[in-house]
Amino acid sequence: MIKTILHTDNLTTGYKSKAGETVIAKNLNLKLSTSKLTTLIGANGIGKSTLLRTITGIQKPLAGNVYLSGKKVTDYEPLELAQNLSVVLTEKLPPSNLTVFELVALGRQPYTNWIGTLTEEDIRKVHEAMELTQISHLSSKKHYEISDGQLQKVLVARALAQDTNLIILDEPTTHLDLVHKVSLFKLLKKLTHETEKCILFSTHDVDLAIQLSDEMIVMTPEKVVQNEPCNLISDGTFNTIFKDENIFFDAERGKFIIQ
Amino acid sequence: MANKKRNTILFILLGLGLIVLFLINISFGSVTIPFKEVFSSLTGGQATKSTWEYIIINYRLPKAITAVLVGMGLSIGGLLMQTLFRNPLAGPDVLGLSSGASLSVAFTILGASFMPSFLSTVLLSSYGLVFASTFGSFVVLIAVLLVSQRLRDTMAILIMGLMFSSFTNSFVNILTYFSSAEQLQKFTFWSLGNLGNLSWSSIGMLFVSVMIGLLLGLFSVKPLNALLLGENYARSLGLNFKRTRLVILFATSILTGSITAFAGPIAFIGLAVPHIAKLLFQTSNHFVLFWCTLLLGAAIMLICDVASQMPGMEVTLPINAITSLIGAPVVIWLLVKKRKMMN
Repeated sequence: MIKTILHTDNLTTGYKSKAGETVIAKNLNLKLSTSKLTTLIGANGIGKSTLLRTITGIQKPLAGNVYLSGKKVTDYEPLELAQNLSVVLTEKLPPSNLTVFELVALGRQPYTNWIGTLTEEDIRKVHEAMELTQISHLSSKKHYEISDGQLQKVLVARALAQDTNLIILDEPTTHLDLVHKVSLFKLLKKLTHETEKCILFSTHDVDLAIQLSDEMIVMTPEKVVQNEPCNLISDGTFNTIFKDENIFFDAERGKFIIQ
Repeated sequence: MANKKRNTILFILLGLGLIVLFLINISFGSVTIPFKEVFSSLTGGQATKSTWEYIIINYRLPKAITAVLVGMGLSIGGLLMQTLFRNPLAGPDVLGLSSGASLSVAFTILGASFMPSFLSTVLLSSYGLVFASTFGSFVVLIAVLLVSQRLRDTMAILIMGLMFSSFTNSFVNILTYFSSAEQLQKFTFWSLGNLGNLSWSSIGMLFVSVMIGLLLGLFSVKPLNALLLGENYARSLGLNFKRTRLVILFATSILTGSITAFAGPIAFIGLAVPHIAKLLFQTSNHFVLFWCTLLLGAAIMLICDVASQMPGMEVTLPINAITSLIGAPVVIWLLVKKRKMMN
């Protein structure tokens, strides 16, 4: 059965400052459901990160609300939110001696006691997450010894170990080559279908996203649309992403062409 | 889990080493007291010479305990700061607390001549200096905590501490420039650090403060592990970052503040010991790091104190010089050795 995990109700994102409000996107009505891989695309500076920050409760909405499992995301206690929502961020990890296992196991923090002791169940979940992401063989490696592609999988495993309905990833494919991009996309797709998780991630790899995601949220200067990729192709939404006459979207081939 | 076994062995060795060092520390000094006598004296028996017993109970034992407390406190303070600021060069002194203490003590010693004589006698007693440096650290502590509540950026706290240190140092320089040779000497002695001369009641006060700091540090182990992923990940794991930061800053402040007050500004231990612990145990897990930093800190401080006594000689070297003399090469050696192992 498909359940709605997160929905927004006339959400307006943006920043508040002393000079006034800077609205970035208005009247968003988005819906994320279980077993669905949703990608968020749009040009640089269009407000993808602001939207993700608002959805994850880091930033307050200017108007409207974000509901996570029926409750306003800003009403969650930090710990409760951590049990419902996990993230994979773009930022680099600070230097440390963490092994892959330890890094994934940190995902269990919302469930462990005051000193962070892992119970048998915690260890089982960590192993489960590492098997799903096929990184078990890296378990005892230090996190700086593995490749970027592997590290990205480790971070996904960490989010999985956090055992939340919703996982949000901010541009997880950025530093990867084509092979690793595809394998990460496929992994996320597999996870949504096998674990019934709801996954949302932002990316600039539009052609890959079209091929592999269940739904897409497209941010353009005029509007924000959520739909299945094929519908977005047929209604010509992709052509409105970039305000550049040299780039246009070839609907037949499903990718961008440079003139 | 070969690592776990290795860690257990290291812990046992460290624990035993600490006990041995404690006894060595008490045994060595301008008068060398045989181990057997130290042991019987500590376990409540009689030493062969009553002077030995007197020296042990009233001088050596308090000093050894102070060394242990100072080593533990400063090292844990350093560990907390290095993880919070994600900066390997951070130490307990980065918050500017020792500088605050220095300034306050400098004012007391160097400004005493402007005060009525009875007041200057009170202020220049050892209690007066303890009071002055506690006051100095405390004022800085309050400033750090207030500012940290307003600043979003943790790095800004680090920079603020550094700026504050430079500021106080130049202020102290100006004060010393205008002071007499005698005052200058007194201030220099304080600034070189001193583990001895603490009465049992002072040690009690130091013990309580250090324990509060260490306990707060122990309760920060889980948040510190989350912080290994950076602030944003830590938040996403349900960490109340502002509260954690406040607790960590408070713990470090009370450790540094109380230690500087009773033993003077002791350099390098807080910076070096966490690094040695990390290299020795090859881990970032703060649960392991906490205990090994604690033990290593105490052990290294005891070694430094023995070295400063110059066994068999009349002179005693300032403890602050020894901590840097021993600490700096050790860290360099470990880093070079680690580089070799990685290649």
